[in-house]
Amino acid sequence: MKILTLIRQVPDAEARVKAAGGQMDLGGTTMVIDGMDEYGVEEALQLREGGADVEEIIGLAVGPAQTEDAVRTALAMGIDRAIHVETSGYLDPIAVSKVVATVAQEEGVSLIFAGGQQADWDSQALGAATAERLSWPQATWTNDLALSGGTLTGRHDVDSGSENFQLDLPAVVTTQQGLNEPRYPTLPNIMKAKKKELRKDDLSRFGAQNKVQLVSSEIQVRQRKNQLIDGSDPQTAAQELLGLLRNEAKVLN
Amino acid sequence: MILIIAEHKDGQLSKSTAEMIQAARASGQAGPVTALVLGSGVGDVANQAAQFADQVLVADRPELGSYNAELWAAASAQIAQQGQASLVMTGGSRSGREFAPRVAVKLDAPYLEDVIHLQAAEGGVQAQRYSYLARVTETQQASGPVVVVSVKPGAFAPAAPTGQQGPQYDVDLELPQPRLQVTGKNEEKLDRVALTEADVIVTGGRGVGSSEKFGELVEGLADAIGAGVGATRAVVDAGWRPYGEQVGQTGKTVQPGAYIALGVSGAVQHLSGMGKSKYIVAINKDADAPIFKVADYGIVGDVNEIVPALISAARS
Repeated sequence: MKILTLIRQVPDAEARVKAAGGQMDLGGTTMVIDGMDEYGVEEALQLREGGADVEEIIGLAVGPAQTEDAVRTALAMGIDRAIHVETSGYLDPIAVSKVVATVAQEEGVSLIFAGGQQADWDSQALGAATAERLSWPQATWTNDLALSGGTLTGRHDVDSGSENFQLDLPAVVTTQQGLNEPRYPTLPNIMKAKKKELRKDDLSRFGAQNKVQLVSSEIQVRQRKNQLIDGSDPQTAAQELLGLLRNEAKVLN
Repeated sequence: MILIIAEHKDGQLSKSTAEMIQAARASGQAGPVTALVLGSGVGDVANQAAQFADQVLVADRPELGSYNAELWAAASAQIAQQGQASLVMTGGSRSGREFAPRVAVKLDAPYLEDVIHLQAAEGGVQAQRYSYLARVTETQQASGPVVVVSVKPGAFAPAAPTGQQGPQYDVDLELPQPRLQVTGKNEEKLDRVALTEADVIVTGGRGVGSSEKFGELVEGLADAIGAGVGATRAVVDAGWRPYGEQVGQTGKTVQPGAYIALGVSGAVQHLSGMGKSKYIVAINKDADAPIFKVADYGIVGDVNEIVPALISAARS
């Protein structure tokens, strides 16, 4: 079987993000492979290392030129090759799912890993939309997974806790914290990754059209009171805080 | 019509359904606000929905007894097509955000996800939503005969009952055979107010010191003031608390009236889950902790001294 694992490049969580003139300005922002996608890369590698019949692990990134850095990270973690469909400007997740589904069919993959929620869009739509385009089932927010023959078993989060599930391939699985501990690329593997295939593909051939227009992006900084209470006398500090919560914030009786 | 896929649990309509109905009415879109109730033995839920919606469509079938993304997507898309819906709305719950994209693809429609504001715009609707770990507010616009929208829980006030019972109609559906088989359920046991519905939340971070101290300080204060209990990822990773209490990027998103953070440093992943709280209170001995930057009230001090004083003051 072949596995397709999706790679998105997002701002490092601790990096400052800026907006100017209603548009995001990511110049100078530290960009990294999305942490949720790393779980998918790691899981694909672990399935193979655990003895599953994995013929090839292919990475797919849809994003601007610099996304290549995140793809190189995934190659250095151990995936076999990668495809980068370069974009300029905003492309919504439903549009991106068209690219993913097409590549999945062309490459003959039977399992797709996607992050549960991307840290740039704050969207959970890509995995589900891809599954629907392929008429495949999906397991989202997966935090435990095993593959036996063509059957996946695992556990995933749902509205009121979690569920154990069983699912026959082909399928889309979205990944999250708890599924595994993604490995760090080692120096030899970073060197090896430079020789692995990273094929560029042309967005125009996929017919992926935005259905949603991004009108503007604004950084909303909520003004906080930043009122510091002297903690040197715990009793007095406690009384003062409770007074503020009762009388000023009016959140306690 | 505007089609709302009702959320319900244990025979009760969820607050999120009334919120979706409010979002639908506030959107200015034309047509009756129609609730679709999917499930098994959902007569009571349909009656509750009829108090809020202009009309209720009911699919009461054994195979809809538990949620499944493929079934919910198929049902929603069929009814949306038959009724020529202009908007299809789901909750911004895990399930709502899981099946809504499938509906959008089935209908070849745009999808506005986890919206906090919605209004009619030329040829369609305009919405606001958060992005970049909730640090950015985006405005998006979508047009077309039909637009799929998921509505962020808590972003809209619940609609008030109309004072009438809207008419109810049974609907026929062609449902696929679901392929994801559920082999076991692990329900969260909550003996306190649910995190996403709590007006006040007390959350503990690694700074509380241990699992035992978490119980003494975080749960102690929550019980003294009638609050929900939250935890940071570090605390969940350490095994002190269950995942169901985790607040943040990979846990729950909350927006209470007050969020009291004990021994929480304030990593961005955590802030993305609680940064929209009305009031934020931070108690931490590290004066440089990032949480103080977003706090309304802060106490630099040892949680072992401050929190017991808070508990006894709240109780007296």
